[in-house]
Amino acid sequence: MSHWIILPIVLPAFLAPFIVLAARYHIGIQRAVSVAGGLALVAIAAGLAWQASDGTITLYQLSDWAAPFGIVLVGDRLSTLMVLLTAVLSLFVLLYAIGSGWDERGRHFHALYQFQLMGIMGAFLTGDLFNLFVFFEVLLIASYGLMIHAGGNVRLRAGVQYVLFNLLGSTLFLFALGSIYAETGTLNMADLAGRAQMIGADATAGIRIAAVLLLLVFAIKAAVVPLHFWLPSSYAEAPGPVAALFAIMTKVGAYAIIRVFTIVFPPDLSVTADLHGALLLPAALVSLTIGMVGVLAARKLDRLVAFSVIGSMGMVMVAISLFTQVAIAAALYYIVHSTLAAGALFLIADLVRAGRADLELRAQPPVAGAALTAAAFFVAAIAMVGLPPLSGFVGKLLILDAAYGTEHVIWIWAVVLSVSLVSLVGFSRAGSVIFWKAESIERPEEAEVTPRPAGLSYVAVGGLLGLLALHTVFAGKIYDYMDRTSAQLFAPAPYIAKVIGTPGKMTRPKPEKAEGADKALTGDGETDAQPTEEH
Amino acid sequence: MEFLVASAVGVLTATGLYLVLRLRTFPVIMGMSLLTYAVNVFLFASGRLTIGAPPILQNGVETYTDPLPQALVLTAIVISFGMTAVIVMIALGAYLGSDDDHVDDPAEDDTPQAQPQEDQA
Repeated sequence: MSHWIILPIVLPAFLAPFIVLAARYHIGIQRAVSVAGGLALVAIAAGLAWQASDGTITLYQLSDWAAPFGIVLVGDRLSTLMVLLTAVLSLFVLLYAIGSGWDERGRHFHALYQFQLMGIMGAFLTGDLFNLFVFFEVLLIASYGLMIHAGGNVRLRAGVQYVLFNLLGSTLFLFALGSIYAETGTLNMADLAGRAQMIGADATAGIRIAAVLLLLVFAIKAAVVPLHFWLPSSYAEAPGPVAALFAIMTKVGAYAIIRVFTIVFPPDLSVTADLHGALLLPAALVSLTIGMVGVLAARKLDRLVAFSVIGSMGMVMVAISLFTQVAIAAALYYIVHSTLAAGALFLIADLVRAGRADLELRAQPPVAGAALTAAAFFVAAIAMVGLPPLSGFVGKLLILDAAYGTEHVIWIWAVVLSVSLVSLVGFSRAGSVIFWKAESIERPEEAEVTPRPAGLSYVAVGGLLGLLALHTVFAGKIYDYMDRTSAQLFAPAPYIAKVIGTPGKMTRPKPEKAEGADKALTGDGETDAQPTEEH
Repeated sequence: MEFLVASAVGVLTATGLYLVLRLRTFPVIMGMSLLTYAVNVFLFASGRLTIGAPPILQNGVETYTDPLPQALVLTAIVISFGMTAVIVMIALGAYLGSDDDHVDDPAEDDTPQAQPQEDQA
């Protein structure tokens, strides 16, 4: 059994305490360790993605315990894709945090950052619902620390809202897990897939409630309207690089919805079949609208970017809610695009802040380095709004194409196309007020000239924008890959067979070994019980 | 027994939700704690209610209780305990910093900003 797949979780988990314990007062060592870890993560994630690219499903049984009883990590195309995306985004964001000096403005930035990565990677790799909860908590508790990094009253206040909302989400998650366990007696996703199909048509109330609760929880993470209220304040008040890293956190919710509602409650499962379209599609369309109208209504640049994240999550959810292979492939393409674009936009918003008193959308004197920042904003805004030639346009086209021929096509096309116009107006207004109008304002005599942001910051932003360009140029190949990923999701039999079928140390391959296994478990002999029997 | 556990979960959840919907930090955090108690009891019940039965295999025992929910509850307790500590500290920091313990956004944010924007336009 290869151990590579657990490295994305274990590596940050070891780096973080090392940074806290050994390099507490040495920002240089912290940065070096953190960047080295980031590079290693990208390499590992690329290796895992390559390993999974031919359709192999990698299973890792912790302590060699077999699946429904032991904890398993599963790497298929979707998880390794998300792990790679996280690793790449986190590396660039880390470079920005170092270049802009954000990591010096409070303590333990790098340690919390590594813990955050550990949680995100774990959430993508785990094959067990309860572990998904645990990794959610790991990433959340690290994000609480990062969110209030560098302190300040406004940030603390936004932090309280953020933490409370997520605590409520966690409680709801536990209720959902409890109901699922009560109905099926297992929490392993592959095992659940089989159990959910065994539930008869006359006893569906419990499992339907559980499925809806789970959908609610993931919708909170994905900031789907009306569960989005935590996002605008907390993302806008969080430090720039932290907000950029949080761009992947909403995608954790989207990932969880895709995963659970293709394996455990697939669209053709009659018990929960009518839930997806009825609940998810209207919510997705509303969040798309609210997000983009929020872009137009925002009075500050950081709020504008935060609302554009809600809007782009709405777009992802529109695609997901269709639950066809084409639509999920389009959603995955858009997830990658929207993560990179949102990350870049949050970093750019932070660059803009560097020379200005605040981020309010009104003209202020021009600042050093404004030309480059403006260019970056222009590119990122084009990507986020979804104009040609960048990947936002391709992604939107794919989603529209996937919606064509479904029964809600009119709604989807109308909403997607009209809110694109709204967000275009919103971003153009913001860009022209902040960058163009600045030239008409005289710089007050007494004002100090702020130095232009560090080169490394631009490298980070440029790197993310470069990736967006690559995502556009290789759109054909990437979409093919997404299509294969989606095909794997809609044919879960190999996944389930791999997870359930792989023997661990207590499984009984042959009858004569059974006695030994029983003895090993019970400690003493002969008498009783089949230990591998279900609860 | 079932009635007792079910109504305990119900009452705890209802009280917790009511408190969470308050505007100030202290009741909200109290509400959160009550909700986590409710969910812990709920998780226990999800493995069926069995009294006086061992969770681990023993000789000559026919009835067992399900050990898994107990492990889940243990994890949930630890996590919610840590989370409560974190939220108390952050809320305390926010309260001491701004001398205000409301959890909602301050309302005066909106009005003054509208003015300069119209002037510029």
